[in-house]
Amino acid sequence: MRAVIAEDSVLLRVGLVKVLEAVGYEVAAAVGDAEGLLAAVEEHRPDVVVVDVRMPPGFTDEGVRAALVIRRQWPQIGVLLLSQYVEERYAADLLAANTRGVGYLLKERVADVDEFVEALQRVAGGGTALDPEVVAQLLLRRHSSDPLEALTPREREVLGLMAEGRSNAAIAELLVVSDSAVAKHINSIFSKLDLPPAEATHRRVLAVLRFLEGT
Amino acid sequence: MASAAAGPGPGPGASQSAPAAPRGAGLRRAYRLLRERAPWAHQALLGQAFAATAVAMGLPAFLLVAVALGARGGFWLVLLLTAPLVALSIRPLTAVQRSRFAALLGLEIPVLPRIAGPYGPRRLHAWLRAETTRRQAGYHLLAAPVLAAAGAASLACSAVGLLFSTVYLWVWALPPQNRVADWGYTTQAAYLTALGLALLWLAPWIAEGVVRADVRLAAALLGPSLAEQLERRVEDLAESRAGVVDAADAERRRIERDLHDGVQQRLVSLAMNLGLARRTLKDLPPEALRVIAEAQQEAQAAIAELRDVVRGLHPAVLEDRGLDAALSGIAARAPLPVRLHVDMPERPVPTVEAVAYFVVAEALTNVVKHAGASRAEIWVAARNGLLRIAVSDDGRGGADPDAGPRAGSFAGGGSGLSGLRKRVASVDGRFSLSSPVGGPTTVTVELPCAL
Repeated sequence: MRAVIAEDSVLLRVGLVKVLEAVGYEVAAAVGDAEGLLAAVEEHRPDVVVVDVRMPPGFTDEGVRAALVIRRQWPQIGVLLLSQYVEERYAADLLAANTRGVGYLLKERVADVDEFVEALQRVAGGGTALDPEVVAQLLLRRHSSDPLEALTPREREVLGLMAEGRSNAAIAELLVVSDSAVAKHINSIFSKLDLPPAEATHRRVLAVLRFLEGT
Repeated sequence: MASAAAGPGPGPGASQSAPAAPRGAGLRRAYRLLRERAPWAHQALLGQAFAATAVAMGLPAFLLVAVALGARGGFWLVLLLTAPLVALSIRPLTAVQRSRFAALLGLEIPVLPRIAGPYGPRRLHAWLRAETTRRQAGYHLLAAPVLAAAGAASLACSAVGLLFSTVYLWVWALPPQNRVADWGYTTQAAYLTALGLALLWLAPWIAEGVVRADVRLAAALLGPSLAEQLERRVEDLAESRAGVVDAADAERRRIERDLHDGVQQRLVSLAMNLGLARRTLKDLPPEALRVIAEAQQEAQAAIAELRDVVRGLHPAVLEDRGLDAALSGIAARAPLPVRLHVDMPERPVPTVEAVAYFVVAEALTNVVKHAGASRAEIWVAARNGLLRIAVSDDGRGGADPDAGPRAGSFAGGGSGLSGLRKRVASVDGRFSLSSPVGGPTTVTVELPCAL
């Protein structure tokens, strides 16, 4: 796997390179700003990019904007955003088109190397990895007309974990329930969100999208 | 301000307030008064100089009146012809008077605001109608001549006093044969000397009267009226307060940036390295691995704590995406279910946004800490230039913004609420709180969208 890292803090950039190389990634480039990131992606065409949200010159959402450019121009490249604090608005921007190959995590999640690498693998493989904090924010605002209102708390929890990018098995493990219970919840979610049976994975993405669109 | 600046020398209050010995105090006071008003005293000379300039300033008006009177039948004609001249000279005359007061008395008469607009008949009309124009004309045409007359009297007193008090010198200068016969060492000369001395002592008192009257009149007529001064003061204060509020806001942003780019990054890097160590140093003894794991957890907890602090200062998303986006962050992180409704067609100015964010963050913190609530609701709506914010909870109520941190059974709520109220007041917002004991509590805040 080849990766490009964009992070303006030298300390973290070096740390990220170390972490990625320790788990067998090839770091093609490590840059300090959004412009450098786009140039490096153009040059190296990596499998995945790890991007800090806040970078020079504006120190607001440069990383998000660069990530959107990458998703538009090179949709096969996975994009994992890292941020000091996560904002559902940035996540919503990022996920607006589809949830394929996107991740948005708090920076400190990198410290749990195994968990971080797992999330990175998911993103590189076309999956999603959303920080629980983002999911909590996404869940926050619901209008009464929203079909998501009809979901039970447990179902919402399951849907949130689906949005984080977890598999059924992972969800079952996290909630300490059986696989079949998770499948039951997910079927219930599909019917409440009015998603008739089709190809299973496709429905899953649709449900997550429906969930994310609500914001 | 006129009374404060008026009158050279210490006021009478200064000597009265001193607990002087009953005997001799009156004499001492009289002596001091005499010394201060002595013709050669600094104050007296200054007063005379001021009176002299008053005479000079009155001359134009005197001449005008003299010409008008001299023209007899043509009085009105002369007045008509000189009226434009008078009008033209009002501004420069006021300027000269202002510099006279500044130079001689150190009294600054505030500058009058100019009539706005391009030169032309409309502006002339506005200027003629302006109350300040009438007041200035009143000073230059009525007060100045009277003051000039009084100043002239003071100067005349000095001059005549000087002449009379030295009468013996003059007599001595006469040829010897005339001395005794016409003037001589007679009682008349003695009377004249006494009169001259009296006049010399009197002159400074008149001059001082001129100074006092002139200061009062000039302050009242040449400067802005009290209402105008207050108005301008309010404007200045509003401006400086807005500056202070903006500066505080900018400072918060700077601190947020410093923490974000400095301490937070270092902590993350530390946690990252510890995580890496845990992964790569598998052959360490289990105790060492446990210590590393604990250190990593500590670092992560510190990061999370610092994140909340930093975010409370001024999150980047607030600047970048506005209040709505920033609020969903704090609402989501609250440890109780929060509903958020935001209805804002357009964004208010950044400082107001920052205050609104602080209000919600602080109110929510209070709910979490003190209310014992099971849920909270946040409403934000912008209508007609007003940003309305309501934060309510289903807690036990009894919050009191006036209570200190230790007062009341729901202690601690007060300090946060009073800080909130101050922050709201800093942008002319309104704060109200409804919190009956037993709940529910609702904090309502109205902020202007623009400052």
